[in-house]
Amino acid sequence: LCHFFAQVENVRLLDRLSSRKAALGTLYLTATHVIFVENGSETRKEIWVLHSQISSIEKQATTATGCPLLIRCKNFQVIQLVIPQERDCHDIYISLIRLARPVKYEELYCFSFNPKLDKEEREQGWKLVDLNEEYNRMGIPNNYWQISDVNRDYGVCDSYPTEVYVPKSATAHIIVGSSKFRSRRRFPALSYYCKDNHASICRSSQPLSGFSARCLEDEQMLQAIRKANPGSNFIYVVDTRPKLNAMANRAAGKGYENEDNYSNIKFQFIGIENIHVMRNSLQKMLEVCELKSPSMSDFLWGLENSGWLKHIKAIMDAGIFIAKAVAEEGVSVLVHCSDGWDRTAQVCSVASLLLDPYYRTMKGFMVLIEKDWVSFGHKFNHRYGNLDGDPKEISPVIDQFIECVWQLMEQFPCAFEFNERFLIHIQHHIYSCQFGNFLCNSQKERRELKIQERTYSLWAHLWKNRADYLNPLYRSDHSQTQGTLHPRMAPCNFLYKFWSGMYNRFEKGLHPRQSVTDYLMAVKEETQQLEEELEVLRERLANLQESQLNDNKVKSKQQERSKQLGLSTSNNSLANTPQEYSNDLKSFPSRSPSQGDEEDSALILTQDNLKSSDPDLSANSDQESGVEDLSCRSPSGGGCLPSEDSGKDSDEAVFLAV
Amino acid sequence: MEFAELIKTPRADNVVLHRPFYLAVEGTLCLTGHHLIFSSRRQDNAEELWLLHSNIDSIEKRFVGSLGTIIIKCKDLRVIQLDIPGMEECLNIASSIEALSTLDSVTLMYPFFYRPMFEIVEDGWRSFLPDQEFELLSSVTDEWRMSCINKEYSVCSSYPPVVIVPKSIDDEALRKVAMFRHGSRFPVLSYYHKKNGMVMMRSSQPLTGTNGRRCKEDEKLINATLRPGKRGYIIDTRSLNIAQQARAKGGGFEQEAHYPQWRRIHKCIERFNILQESLIKLVEACNDQSHNMDRWLSKLEASNWLTHIKEILTAACLAAQCIDRASVLVHGTEGTDSTLQVTSLAQIILDPRCRTIRGFESLVVREWLQAGHPFQQRCAQSAYSNSKQKWEAPVFLLFLDCVWQILRQFPCSFEFNEQFLIMLFEHAYASQFGTFLGNNENERSKLKLPQKTMSLWSWVNRTEELTKFQNPLYEANSLVIWPSVAPQSLQLWEGVFLRWNRPSKFLDEAHEEMINIIKYNKELQAKVNALRRQLAEMETDDRMQENL
Repeated sequence: LCHFFAQVENVRLLDRLSSRKAALGTLYLTATHVIFVENGSETRKEIWVLHSQISSIEKQATTATGCPLLIRCKNFQVIQLVIPQERDCHDIYISLIRLARPVKYEELYCFSFNPKLDKEEREQGWKLVDLNEEYNRMGIPNNYWQISDVNRDYGVCDSYPTEVYVPKSATAHIIVGSSKFRSRRRFPALSYYCKDNHASICRSSQPLSGFSARCLEDEQMLQAIRKANPGSNFIYVVDTRPKLNAMANRAAGKGYENEDNYSNIKFQFIGIENIHVMRNSLQKMLEVCELKSPSMSDFLWGLENSGWLKHIKAIMDAGIFIAKAVAEEGVSVLVHCSDGWDRTAQVCSVASLLLDPYYRTMKGFMVLIEKDWVSFGHKFNHRYGNLDGDPKEISPVIDQFIECVWQLMEQFPCAFEFNERFLIHIQHHIYSCQFGNFLCNSQKERRELKIQERTYSLWAHLWKNRADYLNPLYRSDHSQTQGTLHPRMAPCNFLYKFWSGMYNRFEKGLHPRQSVTDYLMAVKEETQQLEEELEVLRERLANLQESQLNDNKVKSKQQERSKQLGLSTSNNSLANTPQEYSNDLKSFPSRSPSQGDEEDSALILTQDNLKSSDPDLSANSDQESGVEDLSCRSPSGGGCLPSEDSGKDSDEAVFLAV
Repeated sequence: MEFAELIKTPRADNVVLHRPFYLAVEGTLCLTGHHLIFSSRRQDNAEELWLLHSNIDSIEKRFVGSLGTIIIKCKDLRVIQLDIPGMEECLNIASSIEALSTLDSVTLMYPFFYRPMFEIVEDGWRSFLPDQEFELLSSVTDEWRMSCINKEYSVCSSYPPVVIVPKSIDDEALRKVAMFRHGSRFPVLSYYHKKNGMVMMRSSQPLTGTNGRRCKEDEKLINATLRPGKRGYIIDTRSLNIAQQARAKGGGFEQEAHYPQWRRIHKCIERFNILQESLIKLVEACNDQSHNMDRWLSKLEASNWLTHIKEILTAACLAAQCIDRASVLVHGTEGTDSTLQVTSLAQIILDPRCRTIRGFESLVVREWLQAGHPFQQRCAQSAYSNSKQKWEAPVFLLFLDCVWQILRQFPCSFEFNEQFLIMLFEHAYASQFGTFLGNNENERSKLKLPQKTMSLWSWVNRTEELTKFQNPLYEANSLVIWPSVAPQSLQLWEGVFLRWNRPSKFLDEAHEEMINIIKYNKELQAKVNALRRQLAEMETDDRMQENL
């Protein structure tokens, strides 16, 4: 395989929901992964976890059976191991602590990850998303907007990209002046432009207004933004912070725009909490997800108490407000928070997604993340803890954006070209560091590291596998696909749901056992094959009719092929076993014969087995080892075993074992 | 009584109808004996709303000057508002609606007046007869018999005339058992699990009382369902505490000493006003237009609706699990509510037949209608009622919700769709059909419902209607389907509870798209098959010619 740092035998992998379903196997530690391989060659249940996915490691008190080790991952996988020897456990623990917190970028997986593409393919991959092309698509440059090179060499703002789009009337002098009046010099720049009505979304950081400071250039900058939209005589300035936070910033010489100093602005607070509140909120929600057999009240109360959905709604509401201003009022909006790289990114991208159907396509969504997050200096490294750093900088900022998209997908099922899996895989790779896209905190840092020459792009990888990520209900000519989305704002009109597909992602037992998406994808795939076959058959028929006298043709294999086409549910099957519905059953002596009848468990279409090619969820599909990744199919769920386990781990044993 | 006496103002013009997500419409309001009819005058898009008076749960009236407003809240949870010019007209209409929506006599209900406008292909009253069920059973086992002991409803008033009991137990013994069970509901067969010959029976609580009365025939009856040397499970749908308290009132539970071959499991499922209050709170939360997320979640939690769903599903899964290895007896107190929830859901989990449209209808008939679930009492009022009668409770709605939860987890395993379940919910509360009238077979036969009213099944089981209720994703799944009962897996049934509060356009479109995808696939399949056949024939001809 690879070089093992450590290898421990007889490790037990616990099932979170059922203590009786522990698997015995060997634990390996490599330079990049933690790997658990179950004993017994038949099933070979494996779990692969990239070190960069590890968010915390907990060593618990030693028991008679061994020393428990709890590994929590950033993709919400929770792995509970019991290691027989305390000393082994300690060694693993110490090694993992070190491995999970690299100090240099070069230690990250993307620098060693090799998908065996040649140089040209890699370069092509990086070209898949091109932001200049994107601004051209929006209709820019035009009479009102232009590209500015004021930030070439990152001279004005080191967290901005070199190419920034600004109003034509904003001179370099105005831009530089404005930048000096903004936190971290993040001056107002264009995020989205609506060519139908010239309204735009611009973004910046907070002004350094303190209690009374002014800046002429900054006022001119906002004026220039307003002028770039001839249809409106004012712009909205949206501060996405709670008013109290913004006011507190004034004491530090920062703050928000004074309507009196800027001509023709309407100032608006939309309170989204800061990264610390969000981090704690997620923490609380994950605690709820981890509860062992919670009651409905425990769960709902915990969910409410975490405040998570409230925060999601706040972000969505801000996006809705901006989309409405742009689409319905035709008014341009300047969005900022404090530094303009967290809440601002969330809100701008939600608004863009609501406004422009392009961002709801697979390619468009990549462009959107590249535009509002990557290029504008969202601090991926700090927020997602890629390198060892200040834990207080970590926050699920982009996770929240991704969830907003999912919530929209639930309400507008035909509006998005991609499916839930696409979102989950993007979230996964933001943390995996397998691809270079999300490394570092800014474009400047990425260029210095020569990311594009040394790593691969996630977008090319996803694009290559796009068939897996298609929403079967999407049609580019569908009415839901067109125009602006108008979600409702009250919880009773727009139901914000708990996203178990993400936060309980690895507990398959909690998910629907049959996936509508996968079923429809299989149908569509079959349809496509049928279309092709129909074509072939028609041709053959024509030929045959034409050459009735000719010798008959060589028998084709059509018929065999068509047999394989059928949507066989029993091939793609997942054993469905019951959960523990009662503790009372345990103590009842099992005198009845075991009826471990194979056919007893439902064999059905499910996400896992239909997508047996689930790409690289544990980042090892391209490993040289050739060991197939099974981690994403691990039966960590409540009583849901993949079919390969059903043979030996008969569910009968599970429920009547004493 | 003449309905005309109750209708002082049969018609009002210039009435404005308000509904969420629709523009207000002006039109004419008409009252008939059973309907409130609103028709808009707009010629381009004439629109009619027909509302059964029996669907109206409560009405409120308000006045601003001479403009009256009536807010009508329906049992299917919709809320509409009518602005009626003229104080007197408005008052008249309001009092008529009030009177007509709360008629005392069943025989005045609409089903007794309804004349179907469709051709009756199959009389639904005769679609699901006990004989057919027994015939099916006889083909796999001869251990059971049909007993006509209850022919004149003389033994048990809430049981059907014919019941299935162990062959070895004669009617004399049954009579004794009936004396020992609450409401005379002695244990009868609910479900026979073909795979292993295990059975599920249901009954009411035994009348052990405080001094531990026993009944040898009762013990013999349920023991007759056990395989030699095997044990069985009794699932009591009450907590042990409540079951113990029931002894003071003459009820009780099976004592270990007298039923040594049985293991009793208590699973608490709520009943009566606790459920009704839960529904009221849930619907109130769903109608709260505030934008506050915390408030929504805490109201959802406080309603406890999903807690009840989880309890019921858990008990049903447990019952299904037990049947996998032993025979089961399910009961609560009367055996007409939580008992039926458990026995019917267990069958959906175990028996693929119950997941077909016809099989599900048969299940509703067997396990709810014939089993004596008091529909008329339970569904008299819905979430907007103020009456607070003890016997009103959304027991059947909870059952449907549980079915929906399983359907959501196994979207390809049911022949019917969500609309089918919603339709059953609507008809259980207000209907032109007689199916859900009365509280048991006894009452239904006294009311002569089969003769005087139309069966819901006569209407549903016509091709035109059936297509609306078919699940395009259905693929027969012959296996047991175990749902997850974890809180993360259970969701609010939007299709019922947010139905009138959200625009359904996008979800409807998605459903339509789904149908189209599958339809197109099937068409192609047919085309390909036809071509293949044609080609094969031609090739055979070719060969024959060659051979010649």
